[in-house]
Amino acid sequence: MAKPKALVLRAAGTNCDRETQFALEQAGFQSERIHVFRLMENPATLGEFQFLVVPGGFSYGDDVSAGKILANQMFHRLAEPLNDFLAAGKLILGICNGFQVLIKSGLLPWGYVEPATAARDATLGWNDSGQFVDKWIHLSADSDTCAFLPKGEVIALPIAHGEGKFMTANADVLAKLCASDQLALRYVDADGNRTAAANPNGSVEDVAGICDPTGRVLGLMPHPERFIQTTQHPRWTRGGVARADGQMFFDNAFAYLTRS
Amino acid sequence: MTQRIEIRPRDGFGDPHADGTLTHIRELGIEGISAVRSARLFFITGEVSTEDATHIAERLLADPVSETFHVGSSPAGGAAVIEVHLQPGVMDPVAGSAESAIRDMGFDIHGVQTGRRYELPGDVSDAQRELIATRLLANPVIEDVFYEAHTPEETEGHEYELKVTDVPIRDLDDDGLMRLSKDGDLFLDLHEMQAIQNHYRQLGREPRDVELEMIAQTWSEHCVHKTFRSDVKVRNAAGEVVEEIPNLIKNTIFRATKELDKSWCLNVFEDNAGVIEFDADTAVCFKVETHNHPSAIEPYGGASTGIGGVIRDPLGTGLGARPIANTDVFCFGEPTMPLDDVPTGSLHPRRVMRGVVSGVRDYGNRMGIPTVNGAVYFDDRYVGNPLVFCGTAAVMPNEMAAKREPNPGDAIVVVGGRTGRDGIHGATFSSGELTHEHETEFSHAVQIGNAITEKKTLDCLLQAREKSLYSCITDCGAGGLSSAVGEMGEHTGATVHLDRVPLKYAGLSYAEIWISEAQERMVLAVPQENVEALLKLFAGEDVEATVIGTYGTDDTTLQLYYGEMQVGELEMAFLHEGLPRPHKDALWDPKASPTSAPPAKDDYSRTLLELLASPNIASKEWIIRQYDHEVQGGSVVKPLLGASADGPSDAAVVKPKLDTNRGVALACGMNPALGDLDPYHSALHAIDEALRNIVCVGGDLERTAVLDNFCWGNCNKPDRMGALVQAAKACYDGATVYGTPFVSGKDSLNNEFQTDDGQRIAIPPTLLVSAISIIPDVNWCVTADAKAAGNVLVLVGVTQGQLGGSHVLKVEGLQSGNDVPPVDPAANRETMKAVQRVLAAGFARACHDLSEGGLAVAAAELAFCGGLGVEIDPSKLPVTADFPDGQTGHACLARLFGESAGRFLLEVEPDKLRDAVETLGDVPSAEVGTVTDSGRVKIGGFIDVSIAEAKAAWQGTFDW
Repeated sequence: MAKPKALVLRAAGTNCDRETQFALEQAGFQSERIHVFRLMENPATLGEFQFLVVPGGFSYGDDVSAGKILANQMFHRLAEPLNDFLAAGKLILGICNGFQVLIKSGLLPWGYVEPATAARDATLGWNDSGQFVDKWIHLSADSDTCAFLPKGEVIALPIAHGEGKFMTANADVLAKLCASDQLALRYVDADGNRTAAANPNGSVEDVAGICDPTGRVLGLMPHPERFIQTTQHPRWTRGGVARADGQMFFDNAFAYLTRS
Repeated sequence: MTQRIEIRPRDGFGDPHADGTLTHIRELGIEGISAVRSARLFFITGEVSTEDATHIAERLLADPVSETFHVGSSPAGGAAVIEVHLQPGVMDPVAGSAESAIRDMGFDIHGVQTGRRYELPGDVSDAQRELIATRLLANPVIEDVFYEAHTPEETEGHEYELKVTDVPIRDLDDDGLMRLSKDGDLFLDLHEMQAIQNHYRQLGREPRDVELEMIAQTWSEHCVHKTFRSDVKVRNAAGEVVEEIPNLIKNTIFRATKELDKSWCLNVFEDNAGVIEFDADTAVCFKVETHNHPSAIEPYGGASTGIGGVIRDPLGTGLGARPIANTDVFCFGEPTMPLDDVPTGSLHPRRVMRGVVSGVRDYGNRMGIPTVNGAVYFDDRYVGNPLVFCGTAAVMPNEMAAKREPNPGDAIVVVGGRTGRDGIHGATFSSGELTHEHETEFSHAVQIGNAITEKKTLDCLLQAREKSLYSCITDCGAGGLSSAVGEMGEHTGATVHLDRVPLKYAGLSYAEIWISEAQERMVLAVPQENVEALLKLFAGEDVEATVIGTYGTDDTTLQLYYGEMQVGELEMAFLHEGLPRPHKDALWDPKASPTSAPPAKDDYSRTLLELLASPNIASKEWIIRQYDHEVQGGSVVKPLLGASADGPSDAAVVKPKLDTNRGVALACGMNPALGDLDPYHSALHAIDEALRNIVCVGGDLERTAVLDNFCWGNCNKPDRMGALVQAAKACYDGATVYGTPFVSGKDSLNNEFQTDDGQRIAIPPTLLVSAISIIPDVNWCVTADAKAAGNVLVLVGVTQGQLGGSHVLKVEGLQSGNDVPPVDPAANRETMKAVQRVLAAGFARACHDLSEGGLAVAAAELAFCGGLGVEIDPSKLPVTADFPDGQTGHACLARLFGESAGRFLLEVEPDKLRDAVETLGDVPSAEVGTVTDSGRVKIGGFIDVSIAEAKAAWQGTFDW
């Protein structure tokens, strides 16, 4: 069969698009980086792809708030094609700023774009430190539903964000996300234990990433595309770095799309 | 009308920025405030109803989960209020983005302004409120402060009425010429003014204002480096001429590069960045710039436009390069300086540091360029003149590396940001001295950046480059369009229509348009047949691109028009060659004054901890973590590494291409403490340190190039000039012996500050050497962290007895002499080559150079970085023949903490020791100790500290 096609969406201020494309091609995808304006001019383009990735960066400078303006364009101009895309059983991944875009457009947590209700239930706000932070953290995969990482994996990835604190509007939303197995990724220590010190930004429930109820939309603050070669790990010269954990997200997406 | 929208954090969702502000207020000694509440303010002008404003706030501006909003102004509930609003005309990226997003929602608005509001409940006097506003929250240079709710009126720009101005110069006497230079902020000396006068006498007319501005900009120290190009007479204290050097830079730095004649140097000194070969297909270029004067006045804006400016340099080199890494080096006053000691007109070093770091962070991170290497140095003489060095490395196809010229007939296209009144006179301002009055006088020279405009422009330029749509490119930096078009059109001439330049607001004169240093602009030469395609490409990503003229005039003159009216005409030959050859007088007559013998001590554990905590050596993790140092995925050796990924790194290594194993190493060397003791050896130490750092990670000396950045005091003073000559000569000697050519450089002179009581503060002579090297295979890279207990520590290189300028004297409270350890580049080159061979063969697990704090600091860093202990016998160090006798006092201090150049500490597995020692050959080396699992740093009987203590000391200073 033909290689599945991945679309890396870019906009003013997107800046992780090249390495994301590299990770996708390393996984076997055919991929294109496409500007959101081209997509707005011709929304049907989206239908030619099986995997949409909204990569990291500072879309529109994160002015107003992180990811907000690109999300604004998505629900004002691309709501229908995006809802069709998901209805067709395809995959969407939002990394860092991409996660912020997905959550502010409504694609997360509920898996559809609806301007009137978008971003009412969950958000990503300023880290407790009030500062941008670049560091390596550990994650545990906690969802059976999520298509991108099998439950039980403990992996290392870097984070690089200022606004990554996951918050819900109230306890009911959190309970609902938990009940529907959508809290896909949590910050943990190297041994896989949830501790206060392992949480870099104050996210509720140590949440680093969530998926929609189908598990086909995933948003996460850490950067899987920055750990697709072992020499990217900060301790690689000490030995013992055998696997580039981030590549799994792209490999699993490829496996999912070629299987179904 | 104007709608005011206030946005606040919802109760229970926290406000980390307000909490941070409260901490900073307490640092000012104000205790009466119980909390800080903050609000973001948006002012929307146009036909917008309250319902519209509510809709916009609800759907766009406020986060529905974590924030609440209010349309109008809400009561402060008894709290003191401080509102900070950007002044009209100052770049406001948030307002720009909000404006277009509101239009996306279907509202036809006039514009958006933003502000910040702080409410301070508790006991606060008016004086305290003002102190908080001016010291912490607002910069009066760019912002207005209000102590109650303020909603700005909608401002209308004033239309510009063309008025052409001639400046009478032909009949002025010498006093008149100098008055004109001073009053017009031209910063030209009498000879230069006379040259201009003669030129216009020959032409038989007076200059237009715009012509004079352009000459002053083109001839500014910043643009033409008059001091470095001058003929220098060096005298001794008796006034005898001891040396004459024609064209200083040509006979030192340039000459070294020319003599070395490396085939892999593809484009040196001619273009906006130096270019070397990376591999068979790709070239890599590197440029480091300073942005000192603007950062002194507005640290955030100055530093962000500093990084923004240096990013445009590689973009304007050859046919344009894609940035892969940034570097940053700062010099500040001591962070602990008492508030009362800060001279009027300067900001406190802490505030400068916070502002500068935030500026580099916000711009560099938004550009998607990893900031991978840097350093910070402290000295109280930087209080009025902080130094901000920003560097960018970038890659491009080899065949695009050469410098280009436009073809006659090519369209002149300006792309990127719009032109405003920002940065007018930046080039001339940066060439002059700061006084306490400059804070207000030159505020218009400060620019605020908009990274996203630059990022969009970069994205489009790289696509246009792939499609070969333009023939030549340069950046709009200092001097703006005047400099960019003036340089590109030097051999062709050009016709420019200034009224076609897109403006941020109406009212700019033709002269202001020509010399404005508004950010984020590039100038292209575009063949006429490509103009349409190029404009379409840029429009497609919402980046402005505008044809403003044509290259090529019959007589190669520059013709400036505003509408139909010719407003200026200049001969390119006079502009570029009319500058009188500059002369400088230098004084050099040093007297040796060795450091007095230090008292003997039995225990130096405390000394080591104090050294680790001293600001130059202490961990800069607070800064590094705020920078995205991993974007683009190329990082191989990161700025923080080791067992818990928070230890020091000697140099950064990045892979520009993810599909190959070839890498680029970036490093730096600098030592302001040595600059005024011995500028010659200070410069050699800087070169040696940069190269040592390169070698430590696995770099190849044969494929290493260096960059110079001189920051000096006023070189019209012979003593400052004498020191500059010494440093320039060291650059020649160092480059030729190490075999590492200079490929680019920059100088920032006149870094002196005059306080309101007439005192002059000159910065110490400061030379930053940055190095770039090619790593053939990154899998062989080595890092500085100890890897395993039982491994052997080998010290390579010779330790000298001199202590002049060493950090240990400072922490011990001892006076330094000028006996800087002399650098022997020939011997050190052999040492570096030997270490390089050991690393390339895989015989070393760790490699760390000895620099600030000497052996003890290097050993401690290697130990705690690896989470292991070390045990070292300092009596085993190879030392010089004239090394002081004994093992205590002076000898002990020199062994433990001396800062001789050319030394490395290697960690070698026992079974590779023989191979390693054999590979080192004749180079002096010794087995000095072992890596242990004791968790302690033990050096002879003199030092015994735990790595936890050592690391805590190192990390505590900037735990901000």
